[in-house]
Amino acid sequence: MLRFLLRRGAMLVATLLVASFAVYGALDLAPGSPIAALTGGRTPSPEVLAELNARYHLDDPFLVRYWNWLTAALTGDLGQSIPLRENVSTLIGQRIGVTASLVALTSLVIVVGGVGLGLLGALRKGAVDTGVVLVSTVSAAMPSFAAAVVLQFLFGVRLGWLPVLGTGTGFADSLKHLVLPALALAATSVALVTRVTRTAVREELDKEHVQTAVSRGLPWSSVVRRHVLRNAAIPITTVVGLTVASLIALSAVVETAFGLNGLGAYLVQAALNKDFAVVQGISLVLVVAFVVTNLLVDLAYALLDPRVALGSRAS
Amino acid sequence: MSALLEVRDLTVRLRVGGADREVITGTTLEIAEGESMGLVGESGSGKSMTAKAIARLLPAGATVEGSVRFAGTDVLGLSGADLRRHRAKVAVVFQDPRAHINPVRRIDDFMTESLRTLEDVPRAQARTRAADALEEVGIDDPARRLRQFPHELSGGMLQRVMIATALLSRPLLLLADECTTALDVTTQAEVMAILDDLRRDRGLSMLFITHDLELAGAVCDRTSVMYAGQVVETSAAHRLHADPLHPYSAALVQARPDVTSTADRLVAIPGRPVSAFEAPSGCRFAPRCPHALDGCRGHEQTLADLDAGRVRCERAATLRGRLLDPTESPTESEETADA
Repeated sequence: MLRFLLRRGAMLVATLLVASFAVYGALDLAPGSPIAALTGGRTPSPEVLAELNARYHLDDPFLVRYWNWLTAALTGDLGQSIPLRENVSTLIGQRIGVTASLVALTSLVIVVGGVGLGLLGALRKGAVDTGVVLVSTVSAAMPSFAAAVVLQFLFGVRLGWLPVLGTGTGFADSLKHLVLPALALAATSVALVTRVTRTAVREELDKEHVQTAVSRGLPWSSVVRRHVLRNAAIPITTVVGLTVASLIALSAVVETAFGLNGLGAYLVQAALNKDFAVVQGISLVLVVAFVVTNLLVDLAYALLDPRVALGSRAS
Repeated sequence: MSALLEVRDLTVRLRVGGADREVITGTTLEIAEGESMGLVGESGSGKSMTAKAIARLLPAGATVEGSVRFAGTDVLGLSGADLRRHRAKVAVVFQDPRAHINPVRRIDDFMTESLRTLEDVPRAQARTRAADALEEVGIDDPARRLRQFPHELSGGMLQRVMIATALLSRPLLLLADECTTALDVTTQAEVMAILDDLRRDRGLSMLFITHDLELAGAVCDRTSVMYAGQVVETSAAHRLHADPLHPYSAALVQARPDVTSTADRLVAIPGRPVSAFEAPSGCRFAPRCPHALDGCRGHEQTLADLDAGRVRCERAATLRGRLLDPTESPTESEETADA
């Protein structure tokens, strides 16, 4: 187990290093310059230009700038936003809570909804199963921006049950403001998890060891919980992990649609403003979140399937 | 001799691709308390389906006719908690322990699950009983084995775990479905000896399914032979080998290599085994039987008592004592006998 952890840890660091280089390099190659955004399109005098370049170290060679950025990032300093003249870490810190809550709530919806529906479809054949397949097909075909509009119209405008815009204040109110965004963000993923759960549970139900459990006279609920669901949890965890990791990036659309002041929406805004430091910072946070989520999935995998950490499949 | 298990005219049809296919036709057998019954036959003859019907483990969509009585209850009518209680009293030892034991749970969990779930035995106590049971089947260091996962144990060891587990819940009947087939030959012998010993110690009844006539003869009191979904003969296990009643049993005996003498060629049964749903009308074995007459194909054969056994062949009495005689060419002697 320790060796497994060490190996995964080394892979994590390597992934982050490559990703950080890609993030920094891609933005360096992107057209436009932060100075242009700062001066609002006017051509500054050569003296001003030189002064700005010197202040933001824009004339340094690429590798030097990357190195400085990376070492600072390790201490938590992601640099300065040139247009806003504010610390990027502070800017991210102000918004990360909203995105984290949104992703957490969405994950909950995905796990409860997806696994629940998938289990229902797998265990109850016939009309219920057909219904589950139908719902998951419709849900899968619904991109989050479309789901956002439909939910806003239905629950916000027509029924007036839930707020459609803004972040809200206080815990309960904030949660209320996150319900519709979470549902919109979850739509596609719930369908995916439902399908995978349904297939995995079906497959597990046909396994010989489940027959053994039945032959021993164990109650059906216990067979399903301890043998079917427990074993099906392995593929389910994989797909849940992958979807949750991608949610952070996908949240941009939903945050914009629901006017939430989160990281995703801010990333889009910063990219439009050519606020390179913020884009780099947020991208790095997204990469870290993605990689860490994947690590957690791998750990869960090893815990769920004893053959992984010790067997040859670990490589 | 009171029968613990009584199977009468059991007919099972499975739903395969929209059509019902018969897999067992009118199987009849009974097992007394403490008796061990062998069930022998080729693949597809309906041996395993008979066991599954007894343990009520047939796949969904199966239709069952006839009756199965176990310890005084009508098994086919059971449902819910009663059905689970019945299953707990009938322990099944499956063919492939690696597939039949949940790979992600520890041996400890597998062995004690029934005790903890059905009998509310405290975990520590269940574990002690499991460790004792492992020792009984000859597994060293049971405490360590209990902590291990199935993939850390060999096939023979897993099958011993399966047997120990089956006995742990104190069943009344053991269904052993080709329980040594997946193991290598030396392990087979060990596992078989352990199973036989423990069963005798406990006076447990057993239905022992195998395609090995001699193995059945060694561990069983009586043996039933199945062909195309029907029991064609039931005899004392030791007698079946030397003095079979049914031409099919005789053919099986002759198809076995004999360790004491060298034969140039093994006698094979002509044709191929058929399943119940594709069996011909009349005697199902007739197309492959060297003793068959036109009359055999005309009507269904019924199980009839003969010389302390039971046989499904109308010519059995005529053929008594001649089935294994190599000097007798069947067709010629038949004609003279019938003339």
